[in-house]
Amino acid sequence: MKPMLSISGVGMTFATKRGPFCALRDIHLDVQRGEFVALIGHSGCGKSTLLNLVAGLTTPTTGILLLDDRELKGPGPDRGVVFQNHSLLPWLSCTDNVYLAVERVFGARESKAQLKARALAALELVGLSHARDKHPNEISGGMKQRVGIARALAMEPKMLLMDEPFGALDALTRAKLQDELMKIVAATGSTVMMVTHDVDEAVLLSDRIVMMTNGPAATIGEVLSVPLPPLREAPRNRLAMAHDAGYLGAREAVLEFLYRKQAHVEKEAA
Amino acid sequence: MVSAVFHSPRDAALLGQSSQAAATPANSRPAPLVAAPADRATPATPAAAGPARDPFDWKGLLGRVLPPVVGTALLIGIWALLTQKGGSFPTPGATFEAAWKLFSDPFYRNGPNDQGIGWNILFSLQRVGLGFGLATVVGIPLGFVIGRFATINRMVSPLISLLKPVSPLAWLPIGLLVFKAANPAAIWTIFICSIWPMVINTAVGVQKVPQDYLNVARVLNLSEWRIATRILLPAVMPYLLTGVRLSVGTAWLVIVAAEMLTGGVGIGFWVWDEWNNLNVAHIIIAIFVIGLVGLLLEWLLMAAAKRFEYA
Repeated sequence: MKPMLSISGVGMTFATKRGPFCALRDIHLDVQRGEFVALIGHSGCGKSTLLNLVAGLTTPTTGILLLDDRELKGPGPDRGVVFQNHSLLPWLSCTDNVYLAVERVFGARESKAQLKARALAALELVGLSHARDKHPNEISGGMKQRVGIARALAMEPKMLLMDEPFGALDALTRAKLQDELMKIVAATGSTVMMVTHDVDEAVLLSDRIVMMTNGPAATIGEVLSVPLPPLREAPRNRLAMAHDAGYLGAREAVLEFLYRKQAHVEKEAA
Repeated sequence: MVSAVFHSPRDAALLGQSSQAAATPANSRPAPLVAAPADRATPATPAAAGPARDPFDWKGLLGRVLPPVVGTALLIGIWALLTQKGGSFPTPGATFEAAWKLFSDPFYRNGPNDQGIGWNILFSLQRVGLGFGLATVVGIPLGFVIGRFATINRMVSPLISLLKPVSPLAWLPIGLLVFKAANPAAIWTIFICSIWPMVINTAVGVQKVPQDYLNVARVLNLSEWRIATRILLPAVMPYLLTGVRLSVGTAWLVIVAAEMLTGGVGIGFWVWDEWNNLNVAHIIIAIFVIGLVGLLLEWLLMAAAKRFEYA
């Protein structure tokens, strides 16, 4: 099958005051349609940099990224991004935050009522119909993040890119949102790339886990296929997973990689 | 007794607390018929008054009103003491009398150089409105452009730093030269002096828009117009309003100086005119009036600013 996203030979070097800093090198990765891929690694391994490259927020110094055979040049509505700190505009209501995205993508073809309906449908998908007229400072962190997901999904992107979307939430809220995300992915069949530093989150949610080596000049260390049915077919049950051999095996493999092979050495920051 | 009003058992629990709360030390205990067992459990604390029964907070009001009144009274007292022996400086009484006369007929007209104080204030406000309005129209977009485009920022920021500290009076001759009339020159002076706080604050506001919001704009691929209206403008609004407030203060400061030199009808000219008449009481009144109008302008803008606060 032809991959939806194809990353080949991508490297990223930033120009800093102390000379060039190589964050990523030799990244080769293909993502299939409908696949859920997690990027995991220690802090500073460039996983967010890689996601930003896919989002088009930065352009790679070497290599090429193809989405459905077209080179990625800059951000576009075909990739919906969910930021770690939700990044909602505080002066717009939840609906208007989503509407802003919808308007840009579908505004040329659809009436205002249709656009509004799209925004409301996206909020309903994340279970926030009741908060549609609230402003971001009136809702909880978990709800804000759900609005962020609704905003990304409302654009009907080819890919959903999530940068540690639940990193700033407490454990219970995080679990709840993970369950909801699984339901949404199962319902929509979205292709997702998610950055995380949480091993359980990575194994629970993804079909494949991309494990990155330590920076600087980080690259992909190993790619693990999670031996579970694809997420798009059915949401996984976290209680059943607690003693599922496939789940536990994958979890152990990731832990092995992170804490033995890539045991983080606190280096002098390069 | 308040507690005597409610005596249905249904209200007993509710009453238990409220009557307790209302019971000041001077009150006798609530009627035993009404007092539910729960009532007894709550300790009798007169301080825990419910918000519904809160007596008017006279003490707080007094605390807020008394100090300013005392301060003003002190100032007038010192003024009265210092002017007791007579001299060119009028006593508070004489000043007040003059003010009374002045404000009893604020809108008379006896020729171009002798008009009521109301006209003087209005003419000054009109000049300030024009000069400040023009400064807003030019300054805010200029601030946006400077904040958004680094090259333009580098182009003009040395010029702004150079021109900002120039005294209003230095700008007046340029205005007179260019416009060949006093009134436009005064408006020009207000314009050029009140534009800087708006330009600078808007530019700083634009530069301080959180990167997250700009990333959202990039990811959503928003048009430059949408970025300006949906992201930059609301994010910059608090900075912008600070600039506007500073600007209107400057404009009101400048008008007095400008009018002293250009003449015509206006509060600044009036001060100078009264000095030529050696009417010191009127000058003192003018100082109070100028201060009051400045305060009102600032207060109006504060009220406007509150409407734009989102966080």
